[in-house]
Order: sequence, then structure tokens, then C-alpha cells
Amino acid sequence: MELDELYTDLILEYSQSSAYKKPLIQPNRKMRGVNPSCGDNIELELKVDNDIIQEIGLLGNGCAISQASASMMAELIEGKTVKEAKELAKTFIGMIQKTVTNGEELKILEEARAFQNISNMPARVKCAVLSWHTLEEALGED
Amino acid sequence: MKDFRKDFPLFTNIDKQGRSIAYLDNAATTQKPYAVLQAQEEYYKNKNANPHRGAYDLSIEATKVLDDVREKTKRWLHVPIDGEIIFTKNASESLNLVAYSYGMTYIKEGDEIVLAVSEHHSNLVPWQMVAKAKGAHLTYLYLNEEGRITLEEANRKITSKTKLVAIAQVSNVTGLVSPIEEIIGLAHSKGAVVVVDGTQGAAHLAVDLENMDADFYAFSGHKMLGPMGIGVLYGKKKYLNEMPPFLYGGDMIEYVEEQSTTYAPVPQKFEAGTQNMGSIAGFGAAIDYLEQIGMSQIQRIEEDLTRYLLERLSSVSHVNIIGSSSLENRIGVVPFVVDGVHPHDVVTILNKDLVAIRSGNHCAQPLHSFLKVPATCRASVYLYNTKEDIDRLADSLKGVRRWLGYGA
Ligand SMILES: Cc1ncc(COP(=O)(O)O)c(C=O)c1O
Repeated sequence: MELDELYTDLILEYSQSSAYKKPLIQPNRKMRGVNPSCGDNIELELKVDNDIIQEIGLLGNGCAISQASASMMAELIEGKTVKEAKELAKTFIGMIQKTVTNGEELKILEEARAFQNISNMPARVKCAVLSWHTLEEALGED
Repeated sequence: MKDFRKDFPLFTNIDKQGRSIAYLDNAATTQKPYAVLQAQEEYYKNKNANPHRGAYDLSIEATKVLDDVREKTKRWLHVPIDGEIIFTKNASESLNLVAYSYGMTYIKEGDEIVLAVSEHHSNLVPWQMVAKAKGAHLTYLYLNEEGRITLEEANRKITSKTKLVAIAQVSNVTGLVSPIEEIIGLAHSKGAVVVVDGTQGAAHLAVDLENMDADFYAFSGHKMLGPMGIGVLYGKKKYLNEMPPFLYGGDMIEYVEEQSTTYAPVPQKFEAGTQNMGSIAGFGAAIDYLEQIGMSQIQRIEEDLTRYLLERLSSVSHVNIIGSSSLENRIGVVPFVVDGVHPHDVVTILNKDLVAIRSGNHCAQPLHSFLKVPATCRASVYLYNTKEDIDRLADSLKGVRRWLGYGA
């Protein structure tokens, strides 16, 4: 994968977005996710009411890839049900692991499909999936 | 000056553009010279048998390799007559050996263990384990603005309650050399035992354990041109003799009966099971290689490279060296950040120019919390690096911010 496929305008824009980068007043789910080897460290806060993800707060810090991925995730899951968010997480992680390759199935990821090629960059895979794994943990088992 | 790169096969690998790697992650591990690889191969081709276990010539030869490398290590480190060398798998295992065997036996409730906030996790987490298990307290030495451990700080924190001081000779993040002899003197005057993590020291400095007077000294062979899988623990015999074994099994015993066992004397007591003989042979060759050049010559070469590295890094705009940018009491390990770019992105971008440095927290999370930086980049040199490697690093760094969408 070439650098210009990695650091695209879209990914850079999301990596610098501050739309969700503030603590929530009353989050009811909180989860920390770290990549100890590279220093990515995010704290995901959620406000879930009536099974709907109402608000998302992204704290901590990390590289452009983990930050962009987290921002896109926040945008995608806002207003979704817990079940839908879990489906998104499964699809995103499946896309990166190349177990989900069907274009139709991937459609629900919208702009987050920009990370599809990162599976060819083993050193950065963990950055892209960090926020999604953290989301899965925050939402818990079915 | 001799072109050391010729001795290292990895540098003969050339990419499509005719480049070999600018390897600047020597604090993580070093490349291996032919001499080390050949010694490993020679062992398995011509001397391989289980040391200590056979009465035939080949086994005796294998035992001799083990004994010879142990003696060589002692000479190289100026091990005093009342000290011994134990082979382990790496520095982490050496430090765990001390924590489990010495720490768990002698540290008691209410005791204090003093360590530097800059310790590598390998010399920190084992002590947390001991402190938790025993109800002891961990007290940290903090760093001054330059990133150094001062004697004033040591004087404040090392008290009569201190039973053990665990400290790195050289930090693997800041590259700064600790005033280790003074700290050891102070600790001894308070009755504390000192465990020195020499992982970044042994590879780059002339070590004299007799003068240093450390009670324990640990390091890994792979950071000083040796193979992976071989570590060293030096200890004073007065402690080693009394400490319980760390691992139990074959080779470390005298008499085994159904209900009880007596143990072999030090060092065998701490070397249970078949050792990594190939790596031990390779480690011996690494010492020979370093000795042939001479540690003082290596220090001169690295000082030259470090001066150049500090200069070049300072000259790139938006690059900020963390901690000291002075040459004094340091080795060629330099941490830095690039404004607005996360270290992991820096490394990805440098990788495209075949420049290898490290990003992250370098197994020193408490240090990064103390410095209030989530992660850093780290460049580290060894004797085979060249100014050209450093130029390639600096040139590549100049392009980093553009990839992240900054003007320059
Ligand atoms: C100062 C220091 N201590 C301990 C270690 C651990 O070495 P190893 O991973 O070989 O056990 C390292 C290397 O990462 C180090 O730099």
C-alpha cells in the first residue's frame, strides 16, 4: 500500500475532526482501548437510551489512522441501535481481516470502507480496528 | 575507519532502488555479524551435545563452550571473585529471577523498593508484583527537566526503609546514563540491595562490575550483536548462594529423593534445563567482536554518531528532541516528536524511505505519563551506523508533515 492511499484527504479530514472529541456529561458506557506497542490510547464514552446510541465521546489520543477510524465510527453509530452498531463493528473488523469481502455487505460501512486496503499494511491494522474493538467491548456480549 | 557494515549480512540486502536499510532501532535489538552467526552454526555442526549430561567427548566439548563463554563474560564485565554469571533467556528473565527469588524471599511488609520512573517495564512490573505480594511500597525517582536522575532526588527517596533499588544504568528512552555508582554507594549506606538493569549499558559502555559494586546486573545478548534467546544475570555470590532457585528441574540439582532435593551450587542452581547453547556460543563471539574493536573505541564511534544525530534532528523544523539534547553522559538513543504527527505515523512514513526507527512508549509507560507525552519516536545508533543513515533519517523527517496535510 502506498502512502498516498493511506493518508488520503478523507482520512486526514476525519483524523483531525473534533466533532466527537469531548467528554459526555452522563455517559452510561465507558471503555478504554490501547495498543501498547504504538501508544494509541482511546477512551470511548457512550450514552445509550432505549437501546439507541444517542451520544458518543472520543477521548485519548493516537495516530492519524486510529483517530480517523474512531471519528468515522462515531459518525456511523450515532443514532443506531446497539444491534446495528454491533453489526457495523463485525463488518468493519471482517473487512480488515478480509473475511467480509462482499461489496454489498460492506456498503453499510459507508466512508469507513476507506480503510479496506489497510489489511495490506500489517503494522497499521491494529490502529484501524482499535476503536471498533473498544466499541464491541463497550456494548458487551449479546 | 573500518566499514563495520561489511561484517553484517543484513546490510547486504538491497531493495529495488539499490538501498540497504538505515537501521536506527538498535535500542530494540542489534544486527548480527557473520562471526556470531558462524559461531552458532559451528556449535551445532561440530560441538552439539547436551552439556553436563554426557561422559563422552562431545558432551564435554559442549560443556566447555558453556564454561568458556561464562569465563569470557566474566572477564569482559570485570566480574569480581565473589560474583557469578548466570545465563538466562533475556534481560526480562534475569530481572524476574531476582524479583522472584530474591524479592519474594527478602522483601517484607512495609519495606520500600525504589525505582526510577524511567524504568523499562521489565525492571518495573516484576517489582510491582513483589510489592503487591508482600505489602511493600514502590517509591519512584523522578527526573529533572533534562530527563536525568539526580543525586538529590536519590538522596530524598533512598532511606533506611529502602530494601531494594532497581535502576537502569542507561534509560532505553532518554539514552541518558544514570549516576549509577553514586546511587549504589548511597543505597548500600542505607543497607539496600541494588539491581541494575544494564540492558542499554553493556552494549555501549565499558562495564566494570567490580568498581560499580552492583549487587545484581542484568542484560540481553541480542542488544549487543549476540543472538536472541540469551540473557545474563550477574549477582554477588553472597546473595545467590542463599537465594532459592527460580526454575526447578534437571541440571540444577545435587541429590533428588522422593520427597526432597538438594540443589547444585551457583550458577547451576539457577540454570534449570538445557541451555540455549547455540546462542551462548554466538554470545561469546559477540563479546569477541566487541573486544576486538574495544569498548572505548566503540564509545568514540557512537559519540560521533550521536553528536551528528542530535545536530541533524535539531536542524529539522517541527522536530523536537525530548529531554536532553546534550552529549554528556548519554548513549546514542534519542527520543523526539514531530509537531502535529503521531509517532506511529512518523514511523510508517520513514519506512517508505527504508529508515527504521521505533515509535510508541518503548515499554516505559510510566515515563511517558511522567513526561506527559503519549508516545515518542526514538532513533538509536550502533557502531555500524553511518552519517549517511542519519542523513536519510533527517531527510525523510522533512517530508513527514506534508503527508499529514500540513504545508511544511
Ligand atoms: C533498559 C531495558 N531493560 C530491559 C529490556 C528488556 O530486554 P529483553 O526484551 O531482551 O528482555 C530492554 C529492552 O527492550 C531495555 O531496553
